[in-house]
Amino acid sequence: MIVAQRKPFAEIKEMLQGYNKVLNVGCGTCVSVCLTGGEKEVAVLNTELEMARRLDDDPIDIQGHTIERQCDREYLAELDSIIEEGKFDALMSMACGVGIQFLAERYPLIPTFPAVDTSGLAVNQTVGWYEERCRSCSQCVLGFTGGICPITMCAKRLLNGPCGGTNKGSCEISNDQPCAWFRIWERLSGQGRLDSIKKINTTRGWKDQAPRNLMQPGYKKPEKMVK
Amino acid sequence: MSTETHFNSESNLEKVLKSGQFAFTGELGPPRGTDVEEVKEKAKFLKGNVDAVNITDNQTAVVRMSSWAASLILIQEGLEPNYQMVCRDRNRLAMQADILGGSALGIRNMLCLSGDHQQFGDHPDAMGVFDIDSTQLIAMVKQMRDEGLFLNGNEIHQPPKMFIGAAANPFADPFEWRVHRLAKKIEAGADFIQTQCIYNMPKFREFVRLANEEGLTEKVYILAGVTPMKSVGMARYMKTKVPGMDVPDEIINRLKGVEKDKVAQEGINIACEQIEEFKEMKGVHGVHMMAIEWEHMVPEIAEQAKVLPRPVFS
Repeated sequence: MIVAQRKPFAEIKEMLQGYNKVLNVGCGTCVSVCLTGGEKEVAVLNTELEMARRLDDDPIDIQGHTIERQCDREYLAELDSIIEEGKFDALMSMACGVGIQFLAERYPLIPTFPAVDTSGLAVNQTVGWYEERCRSCSQCVLGFTGGICPITMCAKRLLNGPCGGTNKGSCEISNDQPCAWFRIWERLSGQGRLDSIKKINTTRGWKDQAPRNLMQPGYKKPEKMVK
Repeated sequence: MSTETHFNSESNLEKVLKSGQFAFTGELGPPRGTDVEEVKEKAKFLKGNVDAVNITDNQTAVVRMSSWAASLILIQEGLEPNYQMVCRDRNRLAMQADILGGSALGIRNMLCLSGDHQQFGDHPDAMGVFDIDSTQLIAMVKQMRDEGLFLNGNEIHQPPKMFIGAAANPFADPFEWRVHRLAKKIEAGADFIQTQCIYNMPKFREFVRLANEEGLTEKVYILAGVTPMKSVGMARYMKTKVPGMDVPDEIINRLKGVEKDKVAQEGINIACEQIEEFKEMKGVHGVHMMAIEWEHMVPEIAEQAKVLPRPVFS
Protein backbone atom coordinates (compact mmCIF):
# COMPACT_ATOMS: atom_id res chain seq x y z
CA MET A 1 0.00 0.00 0.00
CA ILE A 2 0.92 3.67 -0.21
CA VAL A 3 2.15 5.07 3.09
CA ALA A 4 2.38 8.66 4.25
CA GLN A 5 3.29 10.58 7.38
CA ARG A 6 1.46 13.56 8.77
CA LYS A 7 3.38 16.80 8.27
CA PRO A 8 4.67 18.62 11.35
CA PHE A 9 1.83 20.57 12.94
CA ALA A 10 3.65 23.90 12.66
CA GLU A 11 3.98 23.46 8.90
CA ILE A 12 0.27 22.66 8.51
CA LYS A 13 -0.73 25.62 10.67
CA GLU A 14 1.52 27.94 8.68
CA MET A 15 -0.03 26.80 5.37
CA LEU A 16 -3.53 27.58 6.62
CA GLN A 17 -2.62 31.04 7.89
CA GLY A 18 -5.15 33.53 6.50
CA TYR A 19 -7.77 30.88 5.69
CA ASN A 20 -10.78 30.80 7.97
CA LYS A 21 -13.14 28.26 6.48
CA VAL A 22 -11.48 24.99 5.55
CA LEU A 23 -12.58 21.49 4.59
CA ASN A 24 -10.14 18.75 5.57
CA VAL A 25 -10.64 15.71 3.33
CA GLY A 26 -9.54 12.29 4.55
CA CYS A 27 -9.04 9.18 2.46
CA GLY A 28 -10.45 5.81 3.49
CA THR A 29 -7.92 3.59 1.74
CA CYS A 30 -4.10 3.34 2.11
CA VAL A 31 -3.56 6.32 4.39
CA SER A 32 -6.32 5.10 6.68
CA VAL A 33 -4.67 1.69 7.01
CA CYS A 34 -1.32 3.27 7.91
CA LEU A 35 -3.03 5.45 10.53
CA THR A 36 -2.21 8.78 8.86
CA GLY A 37 -5.14 10.23 6.94
CA GLY A 38 -8.41 8.46 7.69
CA GLU A 39 -11.53 9.68 9.44
CA LYS A 40 -9.97 9.51 12.89
CA GLU A 41 -6.82 11.39 11.92
CA VAL A 42 -8.89 14.10 10.18
CA ALA A 43 -10.83 14.62 13.42
CA VAL A 44 -7.63 14.78 15.50
CA LEU A 45 -5.93 17.29 13.20
CA ASN A 46 -9.05 19.47 13.04
CA THR A 47 -9.28 19.60 16.82
CA GLU A 48 -5.60 20.54 17.11
CA LEU A 49 -6.02 23.31 14.53
CA GLU A 50 -9.14 24.69 16.18
CA MET A 51 -7.42 24.84 19.54
CA ALA A 52 -4.26 26.42 18.21
CA ARG A 53 -6.11 29.07 16.23
CA ARG A 54 -8.35 29.87 19.18
CA LEU A 55 -5.24 30.41 21.31
CA ASP A 56 -3.96 32.76 18.60
CA ASP A 57 -7.23 34.67 18.76
CA ASP A 58 -7.77 33.80 15.12
CA PRO A 59 -10.48 31.13 15.09
CA ILE A 60 -10.86 28.75 12.15
CA ASP A 61 -13.98 26.97 11.00
CA ILE A 62 -12.59 23.61 9.91
CA GLN A 63 -14.80 20.72 8.88
CA GLY A 64 -13.89 17.17 8.00
CA HIS A 65 -15.09 14.65 5.49
CA THR A 66 -13.49 11.33 4.60
CA ILE A 67 -14.23 9.63 1.30
CA GLU A 68 -13.44 6.09 0.23
CA ARG A 69 -10.65 7.01 -2.21
CA GLN A 70 -9.34 10.38 -3.32
CA CYS A 71 -7.68 8.87 -6.40
CA ASP A 72 -11.06 7.98 -7.90
CA ARG A 73 -13.51 10.43 -9.52
CA GLU A 74 -16.49 8.34 -8.49
CA TYR A 75 -15.77 8.96 -4.81
CA LEU A 76 -14.56 12.54 -5.22
CA ALA A 77 -17.94 13.43 -6.75
CA GLU A 78 -19.64 13.13 -3.38
CA LEU A 79 -17.68 16.22 -2.28
CA ASP A 80 -19.25 18.44 -4.99
CA SER A 81 -22.37 19.41 -3.05
CA ILE A 82 -20.52 19.70 0.28
CA ILE A 83 -17.97 22.07 -1.21
CA GLU A 84 -20.59 24.08 -3.09
CA GLU A 85 -22.69 24.59 0.01
CA GLY A 86 -19.77 25.08 2.38
CA LYS A 87 -18.21 28.08 0.61
CA PHE A 88 -14.77 27.00 1.83
CA ASP A 89 -11.84 29.32 1.23
CA ALA A 90 -9.36 26.41 1.31
CA LEU A 91 -9.23 22.62 1.16
CA MET A 92 -6.82 20.36 2.97
CA SER A 93 -6.16 16.77 2.02
CA MET A 94 -4.86 13.96 4.16
CA ALA A 95 -4.60 11.56 1.20
CA CYS A 96 -1.36 10.51 -0.49
CA GLY A 97 0.18 12.78 -3.14
CA VAL A 98 -2.00 11.20 -5.80
CA GLY A 99 -5.22 11.92 -3.93
CA ILE A 100 -4.18 15.47 -3.02
CA GLN A 101 -3.57 16.28 -6.68
CA PHE A 102 -6.83 14.75 -7.84
CA LEU A 103 -8.72 16.78 -5.25
CA ALA A 104 -6.94 20.00 -6.25
CA GLU A 105 -7.65 19.28 -9.91
CA ARG A 106 -11.38 18.84 -9.31
CA TYR A 107 -11.71 22.20 -7.51
CA PRO A 108 -9.21 24.40 -9.35
CA LEU A 109 -10.53 27.68 -7.93
CA ILE A 110 -10.01 26.70 -4.29
CA PRO A 111 -6.48 26.53 -2.81
CA THR A 112 -5.72 22.94 -1.71
CA PHE A 113 -3.03 22.06 0.87
CA PRO A 114 -1.36 18.77 1.78
CA ALA A 115 -1.44 17.65 5.42
CA VAL A 116 0.81 14.62 4.81
CA ASP A 117 4.13 13.68 3.20
CA THR A 118 3.81 10.59 1.04
CA SER A 119 6.70 8.26 1.75
CA GLY A 120 6.44 5.15 -0.36
CA LEU A 121 5.02 1.76 -1.16
CA ALA A 122 5.28 -0.32 1.96
CA VAL A 123 4.28 -3.46 3.78
CA ASN A 124 2.49 -3.48 7.12
CA GLN A 125 5.06 -5.19 9.37
CA THR A 126 3.09 -4.73 12.58
CA VAL A 127 0.47 -2.14 13.50
CA GLY A 128 2.16 1.23 13.20
CA TRP A 129 5.32 -0.08 11.44
CA TYR A 130 5.52 0.14 7.67
CA GLU A 131 8.57 -0.83 5.65
CA GLU A 132 9.20 0.44 2.14
CA ARG A 133 9.46 -2.37 -0.39
CA CYS A 134 8.96 -0.93 -3.88
CA ARG A 135 10.08 2.17 -5.77
CA SER A 136 7.74 1.41 -8.68
CA CYS A 137 10.70 1.55 -11.08
CA SER A 138 8.80 0.00 -14.00
CA GLN A 139 11.23 -2.91 -14.49
CA CYS A 140 11.04 -5.49 -11.75
CA VAL A 141 14.27 -7.35 -10.88
CA LEU A 142 12.80 -9.54 -8.12
CA GLY A 143 13.05 -12.63 -10.33
CA PHE A 144 16.83 -12.81 -10.09
CA THR A 145 17.26 -11.20 -6.67
CA GLY A 146 15.36 -13.80 -4.70
CA GLY A 147 12.32 -11.59 -4.20
CA ILE A 148 14.25 -8.78 -2.44
CA CYS A 149 14.37 -5.39 -4.14
CA PRO A 150 17.84 -3.78 -4.35
CA ILE A 151 16.43 -0.67 -6.02
CA THR A 152 14.43 0.04 -2.86
CA MET A 153 16.51 -1.55 -0.14
CA CYS A 154 20.11 -0.89 -1.30
CA ALA A 155 21.08 2.70 -0.47
CA LYS A 156 23.17 2.79 -3.66
CA ARG A 157 20.66 0.97 -5.89
CA LEU A 158 23.44 -1.47 -6.81
CA LEU A 159 22.74 -4.24 -9.28
CA ASN A 160 25.99 -6.10 -8.59
CA GLY A 161 26.21 -6.05 -4.81
CA PRO A 162 26.93 -6.36 -1.97
CA CYS A 163 29.47 -3.55 -1.99
CA GLY A 164 32.53 -3.39 0.27
CA GLY A 165 30.59 -1.31 2.78
CA THR A 166 28.28 -4.10 3.88
CA ASN A 167 28.76 -4.46 7.60
CA LYS A 168 27.94 -7.81 9.22
CA GLY A 169 24.68 -8.00 7.32
CA SER A 170 23.85 -4.32 7.77
CA CYS A 171 24.13 -1.46 5.30
CA GLU A 172 27.03 0.96 5.71
CA ILE A 173 24.56 3.78 6.32
CA SER A 174 23.13 2.26 9.52
CA ASN A 175 23.27 -0.85 11.66
CA ASP A 176 19.46 -0.74 11.70
CA GLN A 177 19.24 -1.00 7.93
CA PRO A 178 19.75 -4.53 6.63
CA CYS A 179 22.04 -4.86 3.61
CA ALA A 180 19.76 -5.75 0.71
CA TRP A 181 22.47 -7.65 -1.15
CA PHE A 182 23.52 -9.61 1.91
CA ARG A 183 19.91 -10.76 2.20
CA ILE A 184 19.72 -11.47 -1.51
CA TRP A 185 22.87 -13.58 -1.23
CA GLU A 186 21.47 -15.43 1.80
CA ARG A 187 18.17 -16.21 0.16
CA LEU A 188 19.62 -17.29 -3.17
CA SER A 189 22.23 -19.31 -1.34
CA GLY A 190 19.46 -21.14 0.52
CA GLN A 191 17.70 -21.81 -2.78
CA GLY A 192 20.89 -22.98 -4.50
CA ARG A 193 20.49 -20.13 -6.99
CA LEU A 194 23.65 -18.07 -6.50
CA ASP A 195 24.36 -18.40 -10.23
CA SER A 196 21.57 -15.88 -10.66
CA ILE A 197 23.82 -13.12 -9.29
CA LYS A 198 27.23 -14.40 -10.40
CA LYS A 199 26.40 -13.06 -13.85
CA ILE A 200 27.07 -9.38 -14.39
CA ASN A 201 23.93 -7.33 -14.38
CA THR A 202 24.56 -4.89 -17.16
CA THR A 203 23.71 -1.21 -17.13
CA ARG A 204 20.01 -0.63 -17.21
CA GLY A 205 17.96 2.22 -18.54
CA TRP A 206 15.85 3.88 -15.88
CA LYS A 207 12.19 3.85 -16.85
CA ASP A 208 11.02 6.28 -14.20
CA GLN A 209 12.74 9.45 -15.34
CA ALA A 210 9.72 11.00 -17.03
CA PRO A 211 6.02 10.94 -16.06
CA ARG A 212 4.54 7.53 -16.75
CA ASN A 213 1.16 6.61 -18.14
CA LEU A 214 -0.40 3.19 -18.17
CA MET A 215 -2.88 2.37 -20.90
CA GLN A 216 -4.07 -1.21 -20.91
CA PRO A 217 -4.39 -2.97 -24.25
CA GLY A 218 -7.83 -2.50 -25.76
CA TYR A 219 -8.41 0.81 -23.97
CA LYS A 220 -7.91 4.36 -25.16
CA LYS A 221 -8.16 7.89 -23.84
CA PRO A 222 -11.71 9.33 -24.05
CA GLU A 223 -12.07 12.16 -26.53
CA LYS A 224 -13.53 14.40 -23.87
CA MET A 225 -12.88 14.03 -20.16
CA VAL A 226 -16.00 14.08 -18.03
CA LYS A 227 -15.77 15.43 -14.52
CA MET B 1 48.36 -12.74 -17.66
CA SER B 2 45.34 -12.12 -19.84
CA THR B 3 45.92 -8.40 -19.44
CA GLU B 4 48.95 -8.72 -21.73
CA THR B 5 46.61 -9.01 -24.68
CA HIS B 6 44.85 -5.81 -23.70
CA PHE B 7 45.18 -2.48 -25.35
CA ASN B 8 48.33 -0.72 -24.28
CA SER B 9 47.15 2.19 -22.19
CA GLU B 10 50.61 3.85 -22.00
CA SER B 11 50.26 3.72 -18.23
CA ASN B 12 53.44 3.51 -16.18
CA LEU B 13 51.66 1.31 -13.66
CA GLU B 14 50.70 -1.06 -16.46
CA LYS B 15 54.34 -1.21 -17.60
CA VAL B 16 55.57 -2.00 -14.08
CA LEU B 17 53.04 -4.79 -13.65
CA LYS B 18 53.51 -6.24 -17.13
CA SER B 19 57.28 -6.29 -16.61
CA GLY B 20 56.65 -8.59 -13.67
CA GLN B 21 57.94 -6.18 -11.05
CA PHE B 22 56.30 -5.66 -7.68
CA ALA B 23 54.20 -2.49 -7.97
CA PHE B 24 53.98 0.20 -5.30
CA THR B 25 51.23 2.83 -5.56
CA GLY B 26 50.35 5.75 -3.32
CA GLU B 27 47.37 7.91 -2.57
CA LEU B 28 46.64 11.64 -2.38
CA GLY B 29 43.46 13.37 -1.25
CA PRO B 30 42.77 16.66 -3.08
CA PRO B 31 42.36 19.82 -0.97
CA ARG B 32 39.10 21.30 0.25
CA GLY B 33 39.77 24.42 -1.75
CA THR B 34 41.74 25.68 -4.71
CA ASP B 35 45.24 25.53 -3.25
CA VAL B 36 47.45 24.02 -5.95
CA GLU B 37 50.47 24.24 -3.63
CA GLU B 38 48.83 21.83 -1.19
CA VAL B 39 48.63 19.20 -3.95
CA LYS B 40 52.21 19.89 -5.05
CA GLU B 41 53.49 19.66 -1.47
CA LYS B 42 51.91 16.22 -0.96
CA ALA B 43 53.04 15.08 -4.42
CA LYS B 44 56.65 15.99 -3.60
CA PHE B 45 56.86 13.16 -1.06
CA LEU B 46 55.41 10.62 -3.47
CA LYS B 47 57.51 11.48 -6.53
CA GLY B 48 59.98 8.71 -7.33
CA ASN B 49 58.70 6.57 -4.46
CA VAL B 50 55.55 5.17 -6.09
CA ASP B 51 54.50 4.01 -9.59
CA ALA B 52 51.17 5.84 -9.60
CA VAL B 53 49.13 7.92 -7.18
CA ASN B 54 45.43 7.36 -6.52
CA ILE B 55 43.59 10.67 -6.54
CA THR B 56 40.49 10.27 -4.44
CA ASP B 57 37.10 11.41 -5.69
CA ASN B 58 35.20 13.33 -2.99
CA GLN B 59 36.39 10.73 -0.51
CA THR B 60 33.99 9.89 2.32
CA ALA B 61 31.46 11.99 0.40
CA VAL B 62 33.16 15.25 1.39
CA VAL B 63 33.52 17.88 -1.34
CA ARG B 64 37.06 18.44 -2.53
CA MET B 65 38.87 19.65 -5.62
CA SER B 66 37.71 17.35 -8.45
CA SER B 67 39.81 14.25 -8.85
CA TRP B 68 40.53 14.85 -12.56
CA ALA B 69 41.75 18.39 -11.83
CA ALA B 70 44.07 17.20 -9.06
CA SER B 71 45.19 14.39 -11.40
CA LEU B 72 46.25 16.99 -13.97
CA ILE B 73 48.28 18.88 -11.35
CA LEU B 74 50.06 15.62 -10.61
CA ILE B 75 50.86 15.08 -14.29
CA GLN B 76 52.34 18.59 -14.39
CA GLU B 77 54.49 17.64 -11.41
CA GLY B 78 55.78 14.58 -13.25
CA LEU B 79 53.79 11.92 -11.38
CA GLU B 80 51.30 9.44 -12.75
CA PRO B 81 47.77 9.72 -11.36
CA ASN B 82 45.31 6.90 -10.84
CA TYR B 83 42.08 8.82 -11.34
CA GLN B 84 39.38 7.58 -8.94
CA MET B 85 35.77 7.83 -10.09
CA VAL B 86 32.75 7.07 -7.91
CA CYS B 87 29.22 6.27 -9.06
CA ARG B 88 27.67 8.46 -6.38
CA ASP B 89 28.19 11.88 -7.96
CA ARG B 90 27.85 11.46 -11.74
CA ASN B 91 25.46 9.94 -14.21
CA ARG B 92 26.61 8.02 -17.29
CA LEU B 93 26.86 11.17 -19.41
CA ALA B 94 29.15 12.99 -16.96
CA MET B 95 31.22 9.84 -16.41
CA GLN B 96 31.88 9.27 -20.09
CA ALA B 97 32.62 12.96 -20.61
CA ASP B 98 35.17 12.94 -17.75
CA ILE B 99 36.77 9.73 -19.06
CA LEU B 100 37.24 11.35 -22.48
CA GLY B 101 38.53 14.59 -20.95
CA GLY B 102 40.86 12.79 -18.56
CA SER B 103 42.30 10.61 -21.29
CA ALA B 104 42.68 13.59 -23.65
CA LEU B 105 44.80 15.39 -21.05
CA GLY B 106 47.00 12.40 -20.22
CA ILE B 107 45.28 10.40 -17.48
CA ARG B 108 46.06 6.73 -18.11
CA ASN B 109 44.74 4.89 -15.02
CA MET B 110 41.28 4.83 -13.50
CA LEU B 111 39.90 3.24 -10.36
CA CYS B 112 36.17 2.52 -10.66
CA LEU B 113 34.27 2.67 -7.35
CA SER B 114 30.70 2.74 -6.04
CA GLY B 115 31.61 5.48 -3.54
CA ASP B 116 30.76 5.92 0.12
CA HIS B 117 27.12 6.80 0.65
CA GLN B 118 26.47 10.57 0.71
CA GLN B 119 25.04 10.24 4.21
CA PHE B 120 28.62 9.98 5.56
CA GLY B 121 29.78 13.23 4.06
CA ASP B 122 29.39 16.97 4.39
CA HIS B 123 26.25 17.11 2.23
CA PRO B 124 24.23 14.23 3.71
CA ASP B 125 20.99 15.34 2.04
CA ALA B 126 22.47 15.26 -1.47
CA MET B 127 20.87 13.04 -4.10
CA GLY B 128 23.07 10.02 -4.71
CA VAL B 129 23.26 9.43 -8.44
CA PHE B 130 24.19 5.71 -8.64
CA ASP B 131 22.97 5.67 -12.24
CA ILE B 132 25.32 2.74 -12.86
CA ASP B 133 27.26 0.68 -10.31
CA SER B 134 31.01 0.03 -10.07
CA THR B 135 30.90 -3.24 -12.04
CA GLN B 136 28.93 -1.52 -14.78
CA LEU B 137 31.39 1.42 -14.75
CA ILE B 138 34.31 -0.98 -15.31
CA ALA B 139 32.46 -2.54 -18.26
CA MET B 140 31.68 0.91 -19.66
CA VAL B 141 35.33 2.07 -19.58
CA LYS B 142 36.43 -1.20 -21.18
CA GLN B 143 33.87 -0.87 -23.95
CA MET B 144 34.94 2.73 -24.58
CA ARG B 145 38.62 1.71 -24.70
CA ASP B 146 38.54 -1.64 -26.48
CA GLU B 147 35.53 -1.29 -28.77
CA GLY B 148 35.64 2.47 -29.18
CA LEU B 149 31.96 2.68 -28.34
CA PHE B 150 29.98 4.81 -25.94
CA LEU B 151 27.64 2.99 -23.57
CA ASN B 152 24.79 3.49 -26.06
CA GLY B 153 26.81 1.82 -28.83
CA ASN B 154 27.72 4.97 -30.73
CA GLU B 155 31.22 5.24 -32.06
CA ILE B 156 33.87 7.31 -30.29
CA HIS B 157 36.22 9.34 -32.45
CA GLN B 158 39.61 8.54 -30.83
CA PRO B 159 38.70 6.27 -27.91
CA PRO B 160 40.25 6.84 -24.47
CA LYS B 161 43.32 4.97 -23.25
CA MET B 162 42.93 3.69 -19.72
CA PHE B 163 44.41 1.01 -17.48
CA ILE B 164 41.27 -0.05 -15.62
CA GLY B 165 41.29 -0.54 -11.87
CA ALA B 166 38.70 -1.82 -9.43
CA ALA B 167 38.47 -2.24 -5.68
CA ALA B 168 37.97 -5.41 -3.66
CA ASN B 169 37.19 -5.72 0.02
CA PRO B 170 38.08 -9.24 1.17
CA PHE B 171 36.78 -8.45 4.66
CA ALA B 172 33.16 -7.54 3.94
CA ASP B 173 30.42 -10.11 4.36
CA PRO B 174 29.63 -12.65 3.16
CA PHE B 175 33.29 -13.74 2.90
CA GLU B 176 32.62 -16.54 0.42
CA TRP B 177 30.92 -14.08 -1.92
CA ARG B 178 33.98 -11.80 -2.17
CA VAL B 179 35.81 -14.00 -4.66
CA HIS B 180 32.69 -14.16 -6.86
CA ARG B 181 32.43 -10.39 -6.80
CA LEU B 182 36.10 -10.15 -7.73
CA ALA B 183 35.41 -12.53 -10.61
CA LYS B 184 32.55 -10.31 -11.78
CA LYS B 185 34.77 -7.24 -11.79
CA ILE B 186 37.44 -9.10 -13.77
CA GLU B 187 34.84 -10.32 -16.24
CA ALA B 188 33.58 -6.74 -16.56
CA GLY B 189 37.09 -5.66 -17.59
CA ALA B 190 39.26 -4.79 -14.58
CA ASP B 191 43.00 -4.90 -15.36
CA PHE B 192 44.10 -4.36 -11.78
CA ILE B 193 42.62 -4.52 -8.29
CA GLN B 194 43.45 -2.45 -5.24
CA THR B 195 42.15 -3.97 -2.03
CA GLN B 196 40.73 -2.48 1.13
CA CYS B 197 43.32 -1.89 3.89
CA ILE B 198 44.50 -5.25 5.12
CA TYR B 199 45.07 -5.94 8.83
CA ASN B 200 43.64 -9.45 9.15
CA MET B 201 46.39 -11.39 7.38
CA PRO B 202 44.94 -14.92 7.85
CA LYS B 203 41.69 -13.83 6.21
CA PHE B 204 43.55 -12.12 3.37
CA ARG B 205 45.72 -15.21 2.79
CA GLU B 206 42.53 -17.26 2.52
CA PHE B 207 41.01 -14.75 0.08
CA VAL B 208 44.10 -14.88 -2.15
CA ARG B 209 44.19 -18.68 -1.91
CA LEU B 210 40.58 -18.84 -3.16
CA ALA B 211 41.34 -16.30 -5.90
CA ASN B 212 44.35 -18.41 -6.97
CA GLU B 213 42.20 -21.54 -6.94
CA GLU B 214 39.64 -19.87 -9.21
CA GLY B 215 42.41 -18.78 -11.56
CA LEU B 216 41.56 -15.12 -10.96
CA THR B 217 45.10 -14.00 -10.13
CA GLU B 218 46.13 -15.12 -13.63
CA LYS B 219 43.63 -12.68 -15.08
CA VAL B 220 44.16 -9.57 -12.99
CA TYR B 221 46.94 -7.82 -11.07
CA ILE B 222 46.20 -7.56 -7.36
CA LEU B 223 47.67 -4.76 -5.28
CA ALA B 224 47.31 -5.37 -1.56
CA GLY B 225 46.04 -2.34 0.38
CA VAL B 226 48.22 -1.19 3.28
CA THR B 227 47.61 1.69 5.68
CA PRO B 228 50.12 2.05 8.54
CA MET B 229 48.49 2.76 11.89
CA LYS B 230 49.58 6.14 13.28
CA SER B 231 48.17 5.60 16.76
CA VAL B 232 46.21 3.26 18.99
CA GLY B 233 43.23 5.60 18.64
CA MET B 234 43.33 5.27 14.86
CA ALA B 235 43.43 1.48 15.13
CA ARG B 236 40.44 1.47 17.49
CA TYR B 237 38.53 3.84 15.20
CA MET B 238 39.23 1.67 12.15
CA LYS B 239 38.11 -1.42 14.07
CA THR B 240 34.83 -0.05 15.38
CA LYS B 241 33.73 2.81 13.15
CA VAL B 242 34.70 2.01 9.56
CA PRO B 243 32.27 -0.38 7.80
CA GLY B 244 33.91 -3.33 6.13
CA MET B 245 37.21 -2.90 8.02
CA ASP B 246 38.70 -5.84 9.94
CA VAL B 247 41.32 -4.93 12.57
CA PRO B 248 42.33 -7.88 14.78
CA ASP B 249 43.02 -7.21 18.47
CA GLU B 250 46.61 -8.39 18.05
CA ILE B 251 47.36 -5.29 15.95
CA ILE B 252 45.93 -3.01 18.64
CA ASN B 253 47.77 -4.90 21.39
CA ARG B 254 51.05 -4.67 19.51
CA LEU B 255 50.66 -0.90 19.17
CA LYS B 256 49.72 -0.62 22.85
CA GLY B 257 52.78 -2.68 23.76
CA VAL B 258 55.33 -0.03 22.78
CA GLU B 259 56.20 3.33 24.32
CA LYS B 260 53.91 6.17 23.26
CA ASP B 261 56.46 7.93 21.05
CA LYS B 262 57.22 4.68 19.24
CA VAL B 263 53.63 3.75 18.28
CA ALA B 264 53.80 5.32 14.82
CA GLN B 265 57.10 3.55 14.10
CA GLU B 266 55.52 0.29 15.26
CA GLY B 267 52.65 0.92 12.83
CA ILE B 268 55.19 1.32 10.04
CA ASN B 269 57.01 -1.83 11.18
CA ILE B 270 53.75 -3.82 10.97
CA ALA B 271 53.10 -2.41 7.47
CA CYS B 272 56.60 -3.30 6.30
CA GLU B 273 56.30 -6.85 7.63
CA GLN B 274 53.05 -7.17 5.68
CA ILE B 275 54.74 -5.86 2.54
CA GLU B 276 57.55 -8.41 2.92
CA GLU B 277 54.93 -11.17 3.00
CA PHE B 278 53.02 -9.73 0.03
CA LYS B 279 56.21 -9.71 -2.04
CA GLU B 280 56.38 -13.49 -1.64
CA MET B 281 52.63 -14.18 -1.84
CA LYS B 282 51.50 -15.97 -4.99
CA GLY B 283 48.73 -13.98 -6.63
CA VAL B 284 49.74 -10.60 -5.18
CA HIS B 285 51.47 -8.27 -7.63
CA GLY B 286 52.08 -5.16 -5.61
CA VAL B 287 51.07 -2.95 -2.73
CA HIS B 288 48.78 0.06 -2.62
CA MET B 289 50.07 2.31 0.17
CA MET B 290 47.31 4.48 1.60
CA ALA B 291 49.23 6.70 3.98
CA ILE B 292 46.23 8.88 4.73
CA GLU B 293 47.32 12.47 5.47
CA TRP B 294 50.76 10.99 6.08
CA GLU B 295 52.22 11.52 2.61
CA HIS B 296 55.44 12.95 4.07
CA MET B 297 56.19 9.55 5.64
CA VAL B 298 55.99 7.69 2.31
CA PRO B 299 59.71 8.10 1.42
CA GLU B 300 60.67 6.58 4.76
CA ILE B 301 58.10 3.78 4.49
CA ALA B 302 59.18 2.96 0.93
CA GLU B 303 62.80 2.87 2.08
CA GLN B 304 62.07 0.59 5.02
CA ALA B 305 59.82 -1.63 2.86
CA LYS B 306 62.73 -2.01 0.41
CA VAL B 307 60.66 -1.11 -2.64
CA LEU B 308 63.10 1.53 -3.91
CA PRO B 309 64.20 2.50 -6.45
CA ARG B 310 61.02 2.37 -8.53
CA PRO B 311 61.36 1.11 -12.11
CA VAL B 312 61.75 3.76 -14.82
CA PHE B 313 60.73 3.16 -18.43
CA SER B 314 61.99 5.25 -21.30
